[in-house]
Amino acid sequence: MHSPSLWQALHQRRYLRSGWPWRCALYFLTSVPLGAALLACLLVLALAGSLLTVVLVGVPLLLTLVLAGLPVAHVERRRLRLIDPAVPLADAHQDPPRTGPAAWLRTRLQERSTWRELGYALLFGCLLWPLEAAVIGTVLGVSGGLISTPLVMATAGGGEEARVIKLWLVHSYPAAFAVALAGLLLLPLLAYPLGLLAVGRAQLTRLLLDVSPPQDDLRVRELSRSRMRLVTAFEAERRRIERDLHDGAQQRLVSLSMRLGLARLDAREEPLAGLLAQAHGEAQAALVELRELIQGIHPRVLTDRGLAAAIEDIADRSPVPVDLDLDLPHRFLEAVESAVYFAVCEALANVAKHSRATRATVDARVDQGQLVVRVRDNGVGGADEADGTGLEGVADRISVLGGHLLVSSPSGGPTVFRLLVPCTPAPDRRLDAPPAR
Amino acid sequence: MLRIVLAEDSVLLREGLVGIMERFGHQVLAGVGTADELIAAVAEHDPDIVVTDVRMPPGFSDEGLRAALRLREKNHRMPILVLSQYVQRAYAEELLDSSDGTHVGYLLKERVGNVEEFVEALQRVAAGATVVDPEVVRQLLRHRRDPLAKLTPREQEVLALMAEGQSNASVAASLHVSEGTVSKHFGSILTKLDLSLSDATNRRVLAVLAYLRG
Repeated sequence: MHSPSLWQALHQRRYLRSGWPWRCALYFLTSVPLGAALLACLLVLALAGSLLTVVLVGVPLLLTLVLAGLPVAHVERRRLRLIDPAVPLADAHQDPPRTGPAAWLRTRLQERSTWRELGYALLFGCLLWPLEAAVIGTVLGVSGGLISTPLVMATAGGGEEARVIKLWLVHSYPAAFAVALAGLLLLPLLAYPLGLLAVGRAQLTRLLLDVSPPQDDLRVRELSRSRMRLVTAFEAERRRIERDLHDGAQQRLVSLSMRLGLARLDAREEPLAGLLAQAHGEAQAALVELRELIQGIHPRVLTDRGLAAAIEDIADRSPVPVDLDLDLPHRFLEAVESAVYFAVCEALANVAKHSRATRATVDARVDQGQLVVRVRDNGVGGADEADGTGLEGVADRISVLGGHLLVSSPSGGPTVFRLLVPCTPAPDRRLDAPPAR
Repeated sequence: MLRIVLAEDSVLLREGLVGIMERFGHQVLAGVGTADELIAAVAEHDPDIVVTDVRMPPGFSDEGLRAALRLREKNHRMPILVLSQYVQRAYAEELLDSSDGTHVGYLLKERVGNVEEFVEALQRVAAGATVVDPEVVRQLLRHRRDPLAKLTPREQEVLALMAEGQSNASVAASLHVSEGTVSKHFGSILTKLDLSLSDATNRRVLAVLAYLRG
C-alpha cells in the first residue's frame, strides 16, 4: 500500500506550495542523525556484547541488541507520520500474560514483530540512513551551492571569482546571480524526486513495521461474535431475573409482612400474638435473604449510578477494609460495567477469603481508551489464576470484551489484580442520567 | 394527624401503606404511581410529608428518589421519607445531602412491616428528624475510616441507634442501660467527632452526617 496522501499530492499542482516538500526534507534530515546514532549503538552493543560474552556480562548486552528494534520501531512509527499521516502504524506487540520482566521478555522474544523490528533497525542503521544522507545532501547541497554563489563570490572569492559546487568557475556577478537563479529554479524541480523517494521510503517502512496480527479467519470471528452474544444474553437474563424478583416475590413479601404487622396490632393475646410474631419474623428473614440474593444477581446501583457507585457499594460490604481511588468520568457499555463489577467482586471476595490481608485498595481510571482497574491487598499472596473457577470465569468474561485480567501474586504477597478493558464511553449514558429500562 | 402524599407504583404495597397510615389516624391525600404524578400531587395538596418508593415508572430506576430531590430543591424543609428495596449508600447520601439533611428519612421497605416503628419514623421525619435505616448505618459503621475508628463498639452502637432517630430514652431501653449512660456515651462521641457541644443545631444530625459523609 502506498501512502495515498503524499502520492496524490505529488500529482497536484499545489504540491510545491503545500507542506509536503518540507515534510519530506524534514523526514530525511532527521533520518541522518538518528541512523548514525543507531549505527553507533548497534556497533557498540555488538562489539562489547561479543567480547564480554566470555565473562557473561555480554549476554544481557547481546539481548539488548536483539531488542534494539523495539525503541527504534517506536520512534520510526511516530516519525512516519511526517510523510505518511493517513493511517498511523499501530504497535503490534501483545501484552504479556503476567506482570514482571521475565514474562515481558519471553513474550517479546516469541513475537514475530520483535524480529522484524530488529531487521528494520539493522537495515536502517547500516543501509538506509547513508542513502538518505546522500539524497538530502544532494538536494540541499546542489541547490544551496548554486544559490549561495553570489555570496561566495563576495566573501571567499573577493568579488573576483567563485567556484560553483566545486565544478566550474564564474567570474562575474551577473553570471553568479544567473547561477543562483538556476539554483532557485532547480529547488522546486528537486522537490519531486524527493517526494517520490519519500513515498518509497514510507512504503518500505510500512512493509517492515506494519506487523498487523494475522487476519482472523471467518470461523474465529464468528466464534467470538457468538461468544459476545452469549454474554450479552446472559447479562440480559440476569437483569430480567432481578426485575422479576423485585416486581414479584419481593413486593408480595413486603405486603405480607405489612399485613402480619397490622394483624399483630389487633391480636395482642397469646397464643395468637406469639404465632403472628413468629410468622412476621420469618417473613422479615425471607425478605433479607431475598434482598441479598437480588443484590448478588444484579445490583441495581450499577444500572442506576454506574461503576463507581457500584464499586463503592461492594467496598462497603467487604469484610476487609477497602480504600478507593476511582476516577471514572463517564458511563461505559453495560457489558463492560457489569463484567468489571463482577470482576472486582470476585477479587475482593478472594481478598476476604484467602489473602489474610488487613487492607485492600481498588483504583480505577480510564487510560488511553482503556478502562484500567486494579485491586491490591497487603496479604500473603500465592493466588493462582489457574486455581479456582472464580478467577477463570472473570478472565473469560473480560476476554470476551477484548480485555485482559493480569494477576500478580508472589508468595508472601502482595496480590495485585489488574483488569484492562478497551472501552468507549457509552454516549447516551451520562453519570447522572440513568438509562431507561 | 399527618397529611401524606404517597408514591408507590405497586398497587399491592400502596394499599398496604395507606392501610397502615390510616390505621394510625393519618390522612393519605393522594396515592400515586409515577414520579410526575408525585410532583403534581405535592403541588396540589401541600402535604405534611411525602413518602416515596425509589424505583418508579416510567424508567423503573430511581425516578422516585430524583423526584424527592427535586421537591427538596423547591422546598428545603419538605419532609420526605424514601422507601428503598436496597441498602444503598449512594441513594442515602444524595438524600442527606439535599438541603441541610433534616426532615428526611431513608428506610428499607422491609422496615414497613414493623408497623409501629415505621409510623414512628414517619412522624419523626415530619417533625424534622433525620432517619436512616439501621442496615445502612451498620454497613457504614462496619469499617469507617477516621474519625469513627476512634469510637468504641458501644459508642458506635449508640450512634447507630441515634442515627435511626431514636431518643436517649429509647436508645437506653434498646441497650438495657440507663439514660445517664447514654448521654455520657453521646458526650464522648461528640468529643471524638470534634463536634462542638455548644452547637445549637441538631447535634445528633451533625453526628450522623459526620460519618455518612466520611
